[in-house]
Amino acid sequence: METLENILAAAIRSGTPLLFATLGEIITERSGILNLGLEGLMLIGAIFGFIAAYTLQNVYLAFILAMVAGALFSLIHAFVTISLRANQTVSGLALTMLGTGVSGMIGRNYIGQVAPKFSKIDLPLLSKIPLIGKVFFSHDVLVYVSYILVAVTSYFLFKTRLGMNLRAVGEEPAAADSAGINVFLTRYFATIIGGALTAAGGAYLSLAYTSMWIENMSAGRGWIAIALVIFSMWEPYKAMIGSYLFGGIMALQLRLQAEGKINISSNLLMMLPYLTTLIVMIVFSFNEKFRKRVGAPSALGIPYSREEKT
Amino acid sequence: MLGLRKKNLFVIIIMLVLLFLFSTVQARKFKVAFVYIGPVGDAGWTYAHDLGRKYIEKVFGDSIETTYIENVPDSMESISIFESLAKRKYDIVFATSFGFMDAVLEVAKKYPNTVFMHCSGYKTYKNMSAYFGRIYEPSFLAGIIAGFMTKTNKIGYVAPVSIPEVIRITNAFALGVKLVNPDAKVHVVWTNSWYDPATEKEAALSLIDSGADIIAQQTDSAAPVQTAQEKGVYSIGYNSDMRKFGTDSFLTAPVWNWGVYYETVIKDVMNGSWKSENYWGGMKDGIVDLAPLSSKVPTNVKSIVEVFKQAIIKGDFHPFQGPIWDQNGNLKVKKGEILSDQELLSMDWFVDNIVGSIPKSSE
Repeated sequence: METLENILAAAIRSGTPLLFATLGEIITERSGILNLGLEGLMLIGAIFGFIAAYTLQNVYLAFILAMVAGALFSLIHAFVTISLRANQTVSGLALTMLGTGVSGMIGRNYIGQVAPKFSKIDLPLLSKIPLIGKVFFSHDVLVYVSYILVAVTSYFLFKTRLGMNLRAVGEEPAAADSAGINVFLTRYFATIIGGALTAAGGAYLSLAYTSMWIENMSAGRGWIAIALVIFSMWEPYKAMIGSYLFGGIMALQLRLQAEGKINISSNLLMMLPYLTTLIVMIVFSFNEKFRKRVGAPSALGIPYSREEKT
Repeated sequence: MLGLRKKNLFVIIIMLVLLFLFSTVQARKFKVAFVYIGPVGDAGWTYAHDLGRKYIEKVFGDSIETTYIENVPDSMESISIFESLAKRKYDIVFATSFGFMDAVLEVAKKYPNTVFMHCSGYKTYKNMSAYFGRIYEPSFLAGIIAGFMTKTNKIGYVAPVSIPEVIRITNAFALGVKLVNPDAKVHVVWTNSWYDPATEKEAALSLIDSGADIIAQQTDSAAPVQTAQEKGVYSIGYNSDMRKFGTDSFLTAPVWNWGVYYETVIKDVMNGSWKSENYWGGMKDGIVDLAPLSSKVPTNVKSIVEVFKQAIIKGDFHPFQGPIWDQNGNLKVKKGEILSDQELLSMDWFVDNIVGSIPKSSE
């Protein structure tokens, strides 16, 4: 029982940075913009969050500043792909390289430094519930923030006017445009919010999970989040399931090793989440109907310009 | 007018002479370059080498000039980098990754005036040395401390990727544990990456949850030390002193002191006594050491560690002296025998008090 609790709690913990980034990318992609710069954005969030926490000695402020940094950084991608209509894949990859470089450069003096971090808070009453309490309600504040964020994102995308406009822009930008929706502004908004949330995922690594800065500390989580967006079929609640599944498999394989009971290769177990994503992708590239139903935005990755409309 | 022109000309000539003098003074500076596989910000391997670079800058002051190139892939592409350093007349080039070996050798043959120092390889040439440190020696000492201080007899070990170097150092640690506490087991968890703080933390947590009361590591980041601090168990770091991350939990760490060695090499090259060699230095050379022990380590343990340290330094004791059994109970090293360097460099088995298996090929 305790072991199960530990594993499930670990799944939530290690899934949380993925969840932030995945939610961010869902919002961005729903508007038709593909941002492959998540890895770079996470690193930007991690380093700016860490520097802010180190200098200001305030983790809450640091977390907000990390999101602001992510928002500003994703503005580059927005400008290049929305205003200049450049190739989104290229711009996203460039953003990853830029983020890796910039974070490494400005982070140089912060290696080996210690900053304050988010501490664990057991939620009153809720954390007392057997099993569920320990698994879901005995974490740091950011985990609780991520729960709320899932609900808010889902509500925003599917229940609000603004969210519907955003999805319309991702599906049929021309139609949305003629209906009076500002396509450019909407896409800017979605890209910036996405960048901020992705940076939040990075800041989780340097402010809550651990409290330190190391170059490339996101260690590929940005790429996992991109896979998770597809896995979750662009839906926030499924993103939650996907993130915890990824996190859970990782936590489980470490725990099997610690117990000394493992005979399966740890490399193989680490591959499982990626295999699952591949299967989802294969299924949905084969089946056009399925693709429609699962909600891949039709205009994803296609630059929009009014002239080309006619 | 003419007078003024002559004056101008005179000034120009003076300046040119000064410039020339200045540039020759500049050129006489001893130039040292470092080529790193990773970023200096990895807080581990490359970081330790860069601390060495900073150390020699301090020691030699204005008489040397250092530069470093980081994130160099260890493919043959690195040739162009070594070549350009040689062309720019660097006196010494330190290449700090195994994968640079063939590239360095090729360039060394073409540029005999530059000394090439290659870390962790085995090929040498008349102007190319191989060098490495026996960090398994301080790891063995760290194991002795862990063996004494564990109460649950379960020691956690966060390991990066399964290459002979990592296996050798893990084994040395476990042998140290076994020497003083035959009942204790070392539980190894692989993260399959050199540094990934979040996964390292999760690995440490999984070991602590399963009953480990000391967390040792060979991964680069201080996340396991930090986690041990949070959970109130002891920790043993790696690569560099990590006590900042666990003021109460940190016991010690096997550390690299590359600077000490780099100083010797540079002095030798400067006075012309340098010779190509295959160098594998240990605690006696100062290239590796155990970080100062925390006050949590009892005095009697401290003195035992000191005894073994001196014995290893004098050559009276070797961490890999028999009898040593592997996990399947096979006698790998007979009583009175010592593993050869060749066997140490190709180690692919765990000693008998380690719990956990070696993943096959995880480079």
